Amino acid sequence: MRFLRAIGRGTIATFAVIGRISVFAGNGLYHSVRPPWYPRLILRQMVEIGYYSLPVVGLTAIFTGMVLALQSFSGFAFAGEAAIANVIVWGITRELGPVLAGLMVAGRIGAAMAAEIGTMRVTEQIDALTTLSTNPFKYLVAPRLIAAVAMLPLLVLVADVIGVLGGFIVSVLDFGFNPTTYLKSTWDSLDTQGFVSGLVKAAVFGFIVALMGTYHGYNSKGGAQGVGQATTNAVVSASILLLLFNFIITALFFAA
Amino acid sequence: MTTDTDTAKIEVRDLHKSFGPKHVLRGVNLTMAPGESLAVIGGSGTGKSVLIKNLIGLMEPDSGSIRIDGEEVVHMASHERERVTRKFGMLFQGAALFDSLTVWENVAFGLMESQGMNRREARKLSLEAMIQVGLDTDIADRSPAELSGGMQKRAGLARAIATRPEILFFDEPTTGLDPIMGSVIDDLIVRSVRELGATALTITHDMASARRIADNVAMIYEGRIVWHGPVADIDHSGNEMLDQFIHGRPDGPIQLRVAS
Repeated sequence: MRFLRAIGRGTIATFAVIGRISVFAGNGLYHSVRPPWYPRLILRQMVEIGYYSLPVVGLTAIFTGMVLALQSFSGFAFAGEAAIANVIVWGITRELGPVLAGLMVAGRIGAAMAAEIGTMRVTEQIDALTTLSTNPFKYLVAPRLIAAVAMLPLLVLVADVIGVLGGFIVSVLDFGFNPTTYLKSTWDSLDTQGFVSGLVKAAVFGFIVALMGTYHGYNSKGGAQGVGQATTNAVVSASILLLLFNFIITALFFAA
Repeated sequence: MTTDTDTAKIEVRDLHKSFGPKHVLRGVNLTMAPGESLAVIGGSGTGKSVLIKNLIGLMEPDSGSIRIDGEEVVHMASHERERVTRKFGMLFQGAALFDSLTVWENVAFGLMESQGMNRREARKLSLEAMIQVGLDTDIADRSPAELSGGMQKRAGLARAIATRPEILFFDEPTTGLDPIMGSVIDDLIVRSVRELGATALTITHDMASARRIADNVAMIYEGRIVWHGPVADIDHSGNEMLDQFIHGRPDGPIQLRVAS
């Protein structure tokens, strides 16, 4: 009996959280697509998410491309240059580019959003917004959702280029491949569907990261400790959801 | 002129609010005339903050009615509610200034964001409001984090009055300030309220502050108003709870549950 009760309690709690997040997401989307917007705030978030994430995303991408080249050379050397270029392009544009950029942004941006909005919550700044007739969803949540969804695909585009470049550097300098041939096989292996799926993933990941950051910040309570907890929850839940949705989107694009 | 409840600025009827098993507001009734300054006093955990949050619309009551200028605001649609909120100004306990904005942008926030005023004009009005609360305009471009507690309270007050609201709410305005700064803030509150001709509701447990600010006092205990009358009467109210509270006596009808 106690066992059943525990299962029931767990199930109800899980569905309650999913419900709360869905309502929050619906509210955030509603205010993202309906005027008035705050262009200054959207722009500031775009700079924060897009521009300031470039170094960390770029570094992640170049090393990933290089290591991918090393590994595929040891595994597929028998298949020749074209196969290695192919592995790198597919690996980077379809999976590693979006997933690694998404995870880095979750750590950088999701955490910052949760900490900032969480602090605003516990110091009554969010209540103050309401008393100044400003909707917190419009002012705090919508600009972050819009900016993240817009910037993540651009970041992933940059990550794709740098990642492939990393693979190119190792292949040419280390393995002595012919640069022209290598670039040609890289270009030939680039497929629209794979490339587009990567950008779609990026947009969805941007939404997930901003949603988790704002949701956990918005609902944080209990002072400094609560804000710390919100930050952790934002990064962990964004990372897990991101990997889950990576699987779902991959399945939708390529399973058929 | 004021004949019945139609002309009340704020009218609260049988307001209830619970959090799970905790029944915080248990039928609050309160009427405020236009231009009246009321202090709601009571100990911690008696429902003062919950009452004010229900009034401004940060919380939705479980049952009961709140009328602002005769208009029912409980269960009002959110855009309608925003229109009513424009009549409000609020000074928060910790000032709640936006730390991503400068001091003048904070003060001008309501003017720019909700009234759509351009920056230049809003800055001018914002500086005027700052002078009105005794803030040096040199600090206009600083960040709120650089200000002392008293200055933050002043900036919070300037933000609350900048939009010239009809109703002002003050949440523990003197808490966390030294006694002198406390009375300075009280004086500013009295002056601002008078200058605006606003209706003011203050929640506080600071009796000295309540005496300075208010025309009328309402005491809340266990989620109900147990005494309501002019501030001049509080010393001979004949109400044991009010007596115990204003003299800060540990023994009496109010039992503090210290141990948990």
